[in-house]
Amino acid sequence: MSGSAGRARGGLGIAALAALPLLVLGVFFVLPVAGMVGRGFVTDGRFDPVAVLEVLGRPRVHRVLWFTVWSSLLATAVTVALGLPVAYVLHRLRFPGRRLLRSFVLMPFVMPTVVVGVAFRTLLASSGPLGALHLDGTPAAIVAAMVFFNLAVVVRTVGALWEGLDRRREEAAAVLGASPLQVLRTVTLPALLPGIVSAASVVFLFCATSFGIVLTLGGLRYATVESEIYLLTTQFLDLQAAAALSVLQLVAVSLLLYAARRTRTGRDPALVRAAARDASRPVGRRDVAVVAVTVVVLALVVAPLAALVVRSLRVPGGWGLDNYRSLGRLGAGDSVLVPVSAALGNSWRVAVDATLLSMLLGVLVSLVVTRRPRGGPARRAVGVLDGLFMLPLGVSAVTLGFGFLVTLDRPPLDLRGSVWLVPVAQALVALPLVVRTLAPVLGSVDPRQRQAAASLGASPARVLLTVDLPVMWRPLLAATGFAFAVSLGEFGATSFLARPERPTLPVVIYQLVSRPDPSSFGTALAASVLLGAVTVAVMTLVERLRLGSVGAF
Amino acid sequence: MLELRGVTVRFDSTRAVDGVDLDVPVGGVLAVLGPSGSGKSTLLRAVAGLEELAAGSVRYDGRDLARVPPHRRGFALMFQDGQLFPHQSVAGNVGYALRLRRTPARAVRARVAELLALVGLPGFEDRSTSGLSGGERQRVALARALAVDPRLLLLDEPLSALDRGLRERLARDLREILLAAGTTAVLVTHDHEEAFTVADRLALMRGGRLVQSGSLEEVWRSPLDAEAARFLGYATVLDHEAARRVLAAAGEPSSGGAERRVALRRSALRVVPGGPLRGRVRSARTTPDAVRLRVDVDGVGEVDAVAAPDEPVPPSGREVTLTVDLSRAARLGADRTRRPH
Repeated sequence: MSGSAGRARGGLGIAALAALPLLVLGVFFVLPVAGMVGRGFVTDGRFDPVAVLEVLGRPRVHRVLWFTVWSSLLATAVTVALGLPVAYVLHRLRFPGRRLLRSFVLMPFVMPTVVVGVAFRTLLASSGPLGALHLDGTPAAIVAAMVFFNLAVVVRTVGALWEGLDRRREEAAAVLGASPLQVLRTVTLPALLPGIVSAASVVFLFCATSFGIVLTLGGLRYATVESEIYLLTTQFLDLQAAAALSVLQLVAVSLLLYAARRTRTGRDPALVRAAARDASRPVGRRDVAVVAVTVVVLALVVAPLAALVVRSLRVPGGWGLDNYRSLGRLGAGDSVLVPVSAALGNSWRVAVDATLLSMLLGVLVSLVVTRRPRGGPARRAVGVLDGLFMLPLGVSAVTLGFGFLVTLDRPPLDLRGSVWLVPVAQALVALPLVVRTLAPVLGSVDPRQRQAAASLGASPARVLLTVDLPVMWRPLLAATGFAFAVSLGEFGATSFLARPERPTLPVVIYQLVSRPDPSSFGTALAASVLLGAVTVAVMTLVERLRLGSVGAF
Repeated sequence: MLELRGVTVRFDSTRAVDGVDLDVPVGGVLAVLGPSGSGKSTLLRAVAGLEELAAGSVRYDGRDLARVPPHRRGFALMFQDGQLFPHQSVAGNVGYALRLRRTPARAVRARVAELLALVGLPGFEDRSTSGLSGGERQRVALARALAVDPRLLLLDEPLSALDRGLRERLARDLREILLAAGTTAVLVTHDHEEAFTVADRLALMRGGRLVQSGSLEEVWRSPLDAEAARFLGYATVLDHEAARRVLAAAGEPSSGGAERRVALRRSALRVVPGGPLRGRVRSARTTPDAVRLRVDVDGVGEVDAVAAPDEPVPPSGREVTLTVDLSRAARLGADRTRRPH
């Protein structure tokens, strides 16, 4: 076979693998987002950019933008500051129960944002355990919840890098006369910098686009761009303003993603560990300070969840399971159309569909973006596809849901009544996470292993089965768990798309906490505990697979 | 001088280093030779202060270092793979220890240039470490370790990762650099050639214990036992009657009664006409330096032997006579070397 024919065949293979994801992305991502952009710039059938500028000139929009930026920056700084000592303790020190603590730290990240919001309100409410601090309804509460939610990103990303960092490099510095602090400053931190930058940019992204947390904790007073888009659409019906903000966010987030990509040098920091040996050592006397910080941070992680569980057991005049009993019924004079138990059933079914879809797409995309074809054009094409499939990470869930709403509502694509609308949206939200879990591991398989297998007489299918699958099955299960957890807790897009008679559990919880009566709030607490427990159960199953540090961003 | 007394390092339940006593005089270069897993690297790390002692003491110039952390010992450790800091240039690496001591930038630059010239890499200041070859990396690591004139230089298999030709050249360079700088050094290696090129004293380790130590000559001439002899590059160890025959052939009188064992290098027996030993050639191969043979020697057994390269290769089965070159052989366990108890 000639070289050019081989290259052509390689290109065809990639095209075949990419076809389905591209089609799905085109119909369910590019189309809705383009439709949303169009709404912002077109008034009465005419191109009218002035309207966008008018929206961006509003004082409230300025307030929202400013709040989004400073709260996200602050939350990112605090998350990194608290995450580093925890990463050190969980990945560089050896002690019993370390694995358990590692999966424990991951828990907030997979918690549905609505549950996190409800937990912080419980903790900080004037009647709650930390009520004396009067933080309820303040920006501090929002920032604290953002930190809680994103701690795992820093601990995992930096921890994975730290774990693989050869201890002897630090020892070389120490023996040359560097004190422990000098070693940290001149050797360790520079080595960790790519991981810290990468984690910080992801955390900033998550904070700046956080929705469920801000909506449940900020109410109408404090809004990020994301929650403002929601309020503009659902409360004020100002679709043009919402579209303008969506466009702004799309541009800002894409720029941020691009910048983060540029700073990330060469290899994925999570995979440098591949060849490294275990660099952890037993806890010693000099670790007292860092262990103390970790204990405090972990206590802060426990506090909101504990408050949530305890408070859900409170009933008027004592303790009891009344809140849980009400999960199966409808409250009196309710705006909520279905009982919590039915909503959980909806959530479960939607999550199964969304997970299947995102795994199918995720596997195909990962296979495409990890190919390293010889030819220049084919390689460039892979690069473009890689960026393209990461785009959903940059586009907020609310924008996506809003885009679905405005574009998929007329023939030939009238999907308003379709049961597939919510799963498709959730699958797209989970897709970048799935790809980020699978692609780095797939890319770390030395191509020469595949070549060795092929030269020993293995067919392409056999190569996949005997070389790729043995390293991939754990990441595959992990990605499945992640996708399922994301889908169970997804609120941004679902809040737009779920039909009133078929809401998912996060939607129902939000409806319940928005109501003033205490019995609804009690039910919301019990429902939050239920949703949190289901999510944690799924993630615990995944964690049992000893994933180590795959799934870093 | 460096004094180790009863140094013991435990990993969980095993003793990686077990009661090692050693002295290194100022300006001396000691090679600790041992197979992998013998505890030699752990011993080195213990001296550097990177491993906690379970028992024993490390002293330098009479001062116990138990409570002195690694960065205050004034030593330098060079790792097998250099462990250069990837985010710094060559000059940044070499000048690292100087900058820690707040040396003025001009002085750092001058010293870095001097060190790079010393290790044979003049003008490499602005190179990135990632572009260096293996040998260049080790030279930079050596320059970095020498920067602040450490009172003790610890070298952990400094040349093992390099290919053979480079290793031999760099070992000679290392010896010259250490002599020129008058540095006291401990070198850990599993390669006896490296040890002989670089060091002037030798210590053999096995299973965490010190087996034998002394000057190069002492250890080389009288390995403690068969295992030590093999590790020092001797190919064959003979005992009883076989050993007596070989010694007699070399003109050494049998010292009656005492059990003698003899270690032979591959070139200890040489095919010469009319030699005192007689044997039958099993196989023969020409190499650039000599013809290497396996010969079944009467009363001794099958051993290695050489023949001059300009002679025709004797065919298998040919009867030959051999002579013994005692400078290529050693008597085991002679009393001239100090044995640890």
